[in-house]
Amino acid sequence: MKITLKVWRQSGPKDSGGLATYELDDITEDMSFLEVLDVLNEGLITSGEEPVAFDSDCREGICGMCGLMINGSAHGPEVTTTCQLHMRSFSDGETITVEPWRADAFPVLKDLVVDRSAFDRIIQAGGFISVNTGAAPDAHAVPVPKENADKAFASAACIGCGACVAACPNASGMLFMGAKVTHLGLLPQGQPERDARVVKMVNQHDHEGFGGCTNIGECAAACPKEIPMDVISQLNKDLRTAMQHGR
Amino acid sequence: MTDTITEIPVAPTAPEAPSPAAPPAPTAPAAPVFDVPLENAGIAHGLYRDGENISDTKAPPGDIQSKWTTRQFEAALVNPANRRKLTVIVVGTGLAGGSACATLGEAGYNVKAFCYQDSPRRAHSIAAQGGINAAKNYKEDGDSTYRLFYDTVKGGDFRSRESNVFRLASVSTNIIDQCVAQGVPFAREYGGLLDNRSFGGVQVSRTFYARGQTGQQLLIGAYQALERQIAAGTVEMNTRHEMLELVVVDGRARGVIVRDMVSGKVETHLADAVVLASGGYGNVFYLSTNAMGCNVTATWRAHRQGAYFGNPCYTQIHPTCIPVSGDHQSKLTLMSESLRNDGRIWVPKNREDCGKDPRDIAEEDRDYYLERIYPAFGNLVPRDIASRQAKNVCDDGRGVGPAIGDFRRGVYLDFTDALQRMSAEAVAEKYGNLLDMYQRITGENPYEVPMRIYPAVHYTMGGLWVDYDLQSNIPGLFVTGEANFSDHGANRLGASALMQGLADGYFVLPNTIRDYLSHGPYPKVEETDASVVAARTSVQARITKLLSINGERTVDSFHKELGHIMWEYCGMERSETGLLKAVDLIRGLKDEFWRNVKVLGSAEDLNQSLEKAGRVADFLELGELMCIDALHRRESCGGHFRVESQTDDGEALRNDDEFAYVAAWEWGGEEGMPVLHKEDLVYEYVHLKQRSYK
Repeated sequence: MKITLKVWRQSGPKDSGGLATYELDDITEDMSFLEVLDVLNEGLITSGEEPVAFDSDCREGICGMCGLMINGSAHGPEVTTTCQLHMRSFSDGETITVEPWRADAFPVLKDLVVDRSAFDRIIQAGGFISVNTGAAPDAHAVPVPKENADKAFASAACIGCGACVAACPNASGMLFMGAKVTHLGLLPQGQPERDARVVKMVNQHDHEGFGGCTNIGECAAACPKEIPMDVISQLNKDLRTAMQHGR
Repeated sequence: MTDTITEIPVAPTAPEAPSPAAPPAPTAPAAPVFDVPLENAGIAHGLYRDGENISDTKAPPGDIQSKWTTRQFEAALVNPANRRKLTVIVVGTGLAGGSACATLGEAGYNVKAFCYQDSPRRAHSIAAQGGINAAKNYKEDGDSTYRLFYDTVKGGDFRSRESNVFRLASVSTNIIDQCVAQGVPFAREYGGLLDNRSFGGVQVSRTFYARGQTGQQLLIGAYQALERQIAAGTVEMNTRHEMLELVVVDGRARGVIVRDMVSGKVETHLADAVVLASGGYGNVFYLSTNAMGCNVTATWRAHRQGAYFGNPCYTQIHPTCIPVSGDHQSKLTLMSESLRNDGRIWVPKNREDCGKDPRDIAEEDRDYYLERIYPAFGNLVPRDIASRQAKNVCDDGRGVGPAIGDFRRGVYLDFTDALQRMSAEAVAEKYGNLLDMYQRITGENPYEVPMRIYPAVHYTMGGLWVDYDLQSNIPGLFVTGEANFSDHGANRLGASALMQGLADGYFVLPNTIRDYLSHGPYPKVEETDASVVAARTSVQARITKLLSINGERTVDSFHKELGHIMWEYCGMERSETGLLKAVDLIRGLKDEFWRNVKVLGSAEDLNQSLEKAGRVADFLELGELMCIDALHRRESCGGHFRVESQTDDGEALRNDDEFAYVAAWEWGGEEGMPVLHKEDLVYEYVHLKQRSYK
């Protein structure tokens, strides 16, 4: 395959940045999208141009480190992570535009690399169950209905990649946050802190500069782990309940 | 032993490289007959020298069942008021590091944590799929702490330390309790209790799992506990920071030199103790199931500062990975070996069938070779055995899938029987995400066509040598998880890596490190101290050097070439001739690297080429030591298969009289040779015998 890449180049947070165009031959459809960027970079280095900076780590769709806007879609045309996107999803001769996640809460560090530490701070605010090491009862002490356990797992499958934020016109982080609130809220272990958790997380989310949810649904459509919008309903419900409880 | 000493020549030029990204084709399909070399080629060729024996002095005497309780009691306590005066550095925040940070933070110590990723939630522990073992015996199928201990020692082919393994088995149950309390959503049965499955190498169901994403769920649990401590102010988290040197002052580990990977700033961090939880070094092979950023730098720099490296040649090659598809491949993807519970592995009986559609090959023309050779364990034999047999049938010309070069490198993993027995829905429920992943990568539908798999480098049992306290031979330097050598011997059983990482981080290290910390706070070290300045200066000099070479080859091209050498000569099968050649080739490559690597950009910036260059430089040195270790161990054990040492039917043949020891290597200096220290392994409980899964 032959493809043309238009790649966002930005030397640092203060640079205004712009698209650079590169032509690539000898691309095969079994290559992953990130392997195409590897090939591009090998070529750039050989010709004396600085390679394109981009994040990736596990390259098997689970760490959440990679994430690019490809032709305007978060993680590109398939419902998967950028590292699991393969060139068979593109056609020969295609021009592909590659940009970083765009959101005030995710500032660009360089080229395609953004700072997503705001997500960590939302978890710090309350996305956990307070149990010190050694303080746990036997694992079978509290049975959990299978249905709840399965639903909790489905929400906990979030990889924190930030595609939901990148896809949302409001750059809202509510799918990410809703997934965590739902995961912990479905389990008996998560009940004692349920009210406090949601209030603290929502406050932190707003403080970080993420927008609010207006039920557009781009987040769920872009989510590589197919987290449904229901988690945002659950988030709103939990927040409402917490308010009623006077939190 | 050494009547002749021959210098092996160092090739200054690039070796004849096998074709990029494709492991080289085997030369001999039939197993040739070799004699075990009587002479130690490593000594004969002046590649290393013998040093004094070492031993673990921390495991208390007495019955194995009581050792850990005794040690916990004997390890001194630190008064809660004093804990906040003590600082611990933790490098790496995966299961082993993240859990340690959280637990030490909860206890009230000052913790400074470092990871190269943008968040601790991304450490490669996250990619572990299948599960975590624990001797809960919830299935009442005859499991016990003792059986988990026994299976692990046997599975490790009698090359691990009994005391450590017994402790691992003992604390395994606490891990499950802790994780459930944190909200880890393990798979459950309809009654609301936890489900278990069986895993390679054992006959009981002791594996707890969360679909095919167990590592992710456990890591998120540890990550959330860690973030809670960050919020509480006990842990200072430094993401996108890479450790580049260990600071040793007056013989004690007192800090690290790190590089802020965004600003490029080189920083000094000092503490009372340092914990390395930086993972394994499988990426020395270039292609592996490791993440792109996994590297050996933290432990290798510590090794160069005096920490012994234990059993570097023990590498696990995992049998169920998606085969290599082409030259630009950047990594290999594992599929959980839990697939072997319901999938059947086969190749055609006849070579001429290899190119056919597998669905057109009649049942009687299929060779379910694991079921045939190992009727007792069948498809559930341990990883080392399953991998080597896959290699054997492919070497025999019966591999399947597209030929790379002129060689088909793959075997079928077939779910047809399972789909008939269980229904597609039930299979999807159990393995859905794995099968989807396979389809995404290969473009083939595993519900219709048998999957193709081939072994790939997955885990490294070797690592820095530690005693029972998980302390290296450098006082104050502790090493946990995959980064240390303990617990798995020469082969790790499935679902035991997660167990070890969390056992070390939640339950072992916090108990043992307090004994060391109880003697602190240690004398204050100034940044102007000569040792600190020297460490920092060497880091800066190395960065400057890498950026100034401005040669002609990219870092990746060196890394790929190193990977080929390692895979061909130090992979699934090793021989004296091959290893000697590999040492030679690696030395040549290292020499060229420092003359001809091309690293662009600046030191004061986010510079991914520079990061890679430093890591590959360390892999080159590690690769040489791995080959020397593999060369000196003239026996086969676990994942280390020496062609010269096999039974009549081609199984690994140990030599307990000569090699029942841990090889702990001391850095011999830039121009010197490594020094071998042996720690004898004594088996009081599990009796040494030839492993059999037949």
